[in-house]
Amino acid sequence: MGVSNVKQWSRIVKEALDRAFFTAKFLCLLHVSNTYLCTVALAHGPSMLPTLNLSGDLILADRLSVRFGKVGPGDIVLVRSPQNPRKIITKRVVGMGGDRVTFSVDPKDSRRCETVVVPEGHVWIAGDNIYASTDSRNFGAVPYGLLQGKVFWRIWPPQGFGLLRHVNE
Amino acid sequence: MGTRNFLWDFGKKCFTFGLIGLTISDRYASIAHVQGLSMYPTFNPNARTFMGSLTDDYVLLEKFCLEKYKFSHGDVIAFRSPNNHREKQIKRIIALPGDWITAPHSYDALRIPEGHCWVEGDNSASSLDSRSFGPVPLGLACGRATHIVWPPQRIGEVERRIPHDRISFG
Repeated sequence: MGVSNVKQWSRIVKEALDRAFFTAKFLCLLHVSNTYLCTVALAHGPSMLPTLNLSGDLILADRLSVRFGKVGPGDIVLVRSPQNPRKIITKRVVGMGGDRVTFSVDPKDSRRCETVVVPEGHVWIAGDNIYASTDSRNFGAVPYGLLQGKVFWRIWPPQGFGLLRHVNE
Repeated sequence: MGTRNFLWDFGKKCFTFGLIGLTISDRYASIAHVQGLSMYPTFNPNARTFMGSLTDDYVLLEKFCLEKYKFSHGDVIAFRSPNNHREKQIKRIIALPGDWITAPHSYDALRIPEGHCWVEGDNSASSLDSRSFGPVPLGLACGRATHIVWPPQRIGEVERRIPHDRISFG
């Protein structure tokens, strides 16, 4: 009686350990694919109108292009906000390090423009909606190391499902 | 057939260990190699001699601080260089958002902007740090050095030090 009990228990423990290990492996796989391949992000707020909606779009961003330096002007990127590192923001790259960027200081007055040269190793980012966007006009060029991913696909809403077009200004 | 099975099993094991290792080093802790003299004498105290330069320090970087990006004054952090994202640097946090610091080569006080920090090497004579490139976004941080793990005679905790004379806490 006692022996069979022990056997039964050891079988249950073994099975539980197997399950736990399997779950741990699965979570690790999830983490690695999320950090090194591709991630899902929810973008909301007015700053990327009209490309991304106000109410919140579910988007896919790949991590590889950032890692291998395949980011250029016109790409939509996820950036860790320089003002609050807990927040990720979605913006469009306007210029890479060494580029000359012209932007209007006050969107309501198009005559006041300023031109800056983006420092090496930095990128200039801007929202598509210049009237309601906190971007490089406020905090300057951001270090390339803050880029988190390049957005390439929209999942939600369903009518916008598909590739996000690369727009050159 | 037997060798193919064996290779398949071996490959699967390597893959699993790779996944687990990457996850642990990303989320919990990793080991980093400290090069250079910028943190002398905290790290690499013997680097000036030829024998010493062969035994660079290795430090344990904990990553729990990256969940909330909470750091305190005097912490030693590793971060991506703001000018070159492929390069990582290890420096000490001198000031955090809201603090005032006396700017280098002048008597002006400088306010650290929201979400940034002021980092400096312990060896101010040979360190490329915030005195040359300004405040660094905290988002570039990739871990906090807590212990020295190699060489064996130097195993121990990394102490926190705060230079009180140059900053006023905000």
